[in-house]
Amino acid sequence: MKQIKIQKILFWLLLLVMTFIYMGPFLFSLSISFNAEQDVFSWPIKLLPEEWTLNNYKEVWQGLPFGTWLKNSAIITAVQTICNVFFASLAGFAFARLEFPGKNIIFSLFMASLMIPGIILLVPKFILLNEISLINTYGGLILPGLVSVVNIFLMKQFFETVPKDLEEAALIDGCSYFRIYWQIFLPVSKPALAAVAIYTFQGAWNEFMWPVIVTTTSDMFTLPVGMSFLKNEFSVNWPLLMSGTILISLPTLVIFLVFQRYFVEGVASSGLKE
Amino acid sequence: MAKVELKHIKKVYDNKVTAIADANVVIEDKEFAVLVGPSGCGKSTMLRMIAGLEEISGGDMLIDGERVNDLSPKDRDIAMVFQNYALYPHMTVFDNMAFGLKLRKFPKEEIKKRVEEAADILGLTDFLHRRPKAMSGGQRQRVAIGRAIVRQPKVFLFDEPLSNLDAKLRVQMRMEIKQLHKRLNATMIYVTHDQIEAMTMGNKIVVLKDGDVQQVDKPMTLYNDPANQFVGSFIGSPSMNFLEGKIEKTDRLYFRSRDVNFSIPENIEKQVSKLVGNGITLGFRPESIYDHDYEDRAQLTEKVTISIDVTEPIGAETFIYFKANDKEFCMRSSSGLVYENGQSLNIGFDVARLYFFDSESGKRLV
Repeated sequence: MKQIKIQKILFWLLLLVMTFIYMGPFLFSLSISFNAEQDVFSWPIKLLPEEWTLNNYKEVWQGLPFGTWLKNSAIITAVQTICNVFFASLAGFAFARLEFPGKNIIFSLFMASLMIPGIILLVPKFILLNEISLINTYGGLILPGLVSVVNIFLMKQFFETVPKDLEEAALIDGCSYFRIYWQIFLPVSKPALAAVAIYTFQGAWNEFMWPVIVTTTSDMFTLPVGMSFLKNEFSVNWPLLMSGTILISLPTLVIFLVFQRYFVEGVASSGLKE
Repeated sequence: MAKVELKHIKKVYDNKVTAIADANVVIEDKEFAVLVGPSGCGKSTMLRMIAGLEEISGGDMLIDGERVNDLSPKDRDIAMVFQNYALYPHMTVFDNMAFGLKLRKFPKEEIKKRVEEAADILGLTDFLHRRPKAMSGGQRQRVAIGRAIVRQPKVFLFDEPLSNLDAKLRVQMRMEIKQLHKRLNATMIYVTHDQIEAMTMGNKIVVLKDGDVQQVDKPMTLYNDPANQFVGSFIGSPSMNFLEGKIEKTDRLYFRSRDVNFSIPENIEKQVSKLVGNGITLGFRPESIYDHDYEDRAQLTEKVTISIDVTEPIGAETFIYFKANDKEFCMRSSSGLVYENGQSLNIGFDVARLYFFDSESGKRLV
């Protein structure tokens, strides 16, 4: 009994430490975002602002093209999320359930592509998009992130757990394969679809490297790129940067809280019961 | 409703493994046919070929006289009930049953009418708005059957539909499906590995083993007149006893083996005489063995003395196990006499119910 109690205490301690490590910076950013600029560097460090101010948030909205960046980010993220869910599930269905020549080879090639570090592809991707004049356009921002092999893999694994009988019953009921995908497999795969959607959303929303490379004018910036320009060579307006950062992280937070159940299910569960 | 014909049907997997070699079966209109056999015998494969879920490697499959080899499942006008129910988990019972009709663009009122009719037959009226998850195994299987009924197909296919249910429910559903067959007057093809299910449900039984059709007949014909040793052993519980030996002729015909010897009675002497010298396997059912001292029947063979190993009284009858030629045999006694373990007993076999099989091929000789 005693041992279990100690284990429990250690477990909770570990959780507390981890929570602090993850939450600390976020809470500190939150606190800074309510500070006046000159107060940030005061010594000793103050964990809470002496004078609370909303000026930074006002400044973000008014002094910066925050609305434009928000719109850009929203468009890119929305299109990429929807497309990823659709294409990944479609491809996953094909790999999991259909027989076609070269299936295994194609899938192996897909998986092999995961071994190439993304950073190597930045230059070729840029050159390619430059050739077709997509630099500094929505096309250039969105296209490279429309499908992801990881998502295809995730969906394939999930679809493989759906009982074969279900597919056969649908075939006898008169479904085409596309209808089986659309009316049977998608509805029973909500946890996996939610996981794909959340991962993609998070990835696209926070993406920094690609947008910073492919955009050249501030009207095409996404939120993370725009924020980074608050950092000048010699000075950083910390309160402004932090309030922008907090604003950026809000949608992810909301989505996570709303879909938390699916999120955990999608990661943890492997399939359906019946 | 329709006749289903399998003509020289063949199934070969990956050009290597032969699942079904050459099956010829005719299932008449309105018949309840049961495909039965041990696991791996090809019965499910055969059903799935009729359904169109499995490609046919050779031969012709005819439904209602039309060759369906190249038709997809939905164009064959069949409905199938699966072992695991295969209900769509995200749909209500009503939608599960209506799905096939919706896809076939039936008018809404017609769909409603048919689903409600089927629900009424199956006692599902109160569950139409439930999801499969909230139902018991038996109810789910009823929904799966309902899904087949509403389609009013030419042929119903059942793939071991009762094996996921508990024993009591299985017996009840067995009756229900049988009554359903009577009521719908439809052609039904039913796969099972359970010979009791086969015997009780079918008008026609197709016995399969290792991808070969062993015998196609009415249940009682299979029981009384098995074509080979396998059918004899597979149909009936406890199963048929087999005794290796040979027929010898001295002054008259004798069956000879190590522990069991008797002269062949006159009335079957003529038929058995052609087996002289061959190695044969004698088959006899537990109920064709009688206590010779108690049952003074004219048509029993002469006395054979055995020693009882174990008795199993189960009320109306007693199973008596004994050893001969190092093999275990079972005798079913319904005389009400009490037997003790270890007791010696004079038995005789019912002459009219002896089966002679070829020892090597297992084929029935007499």
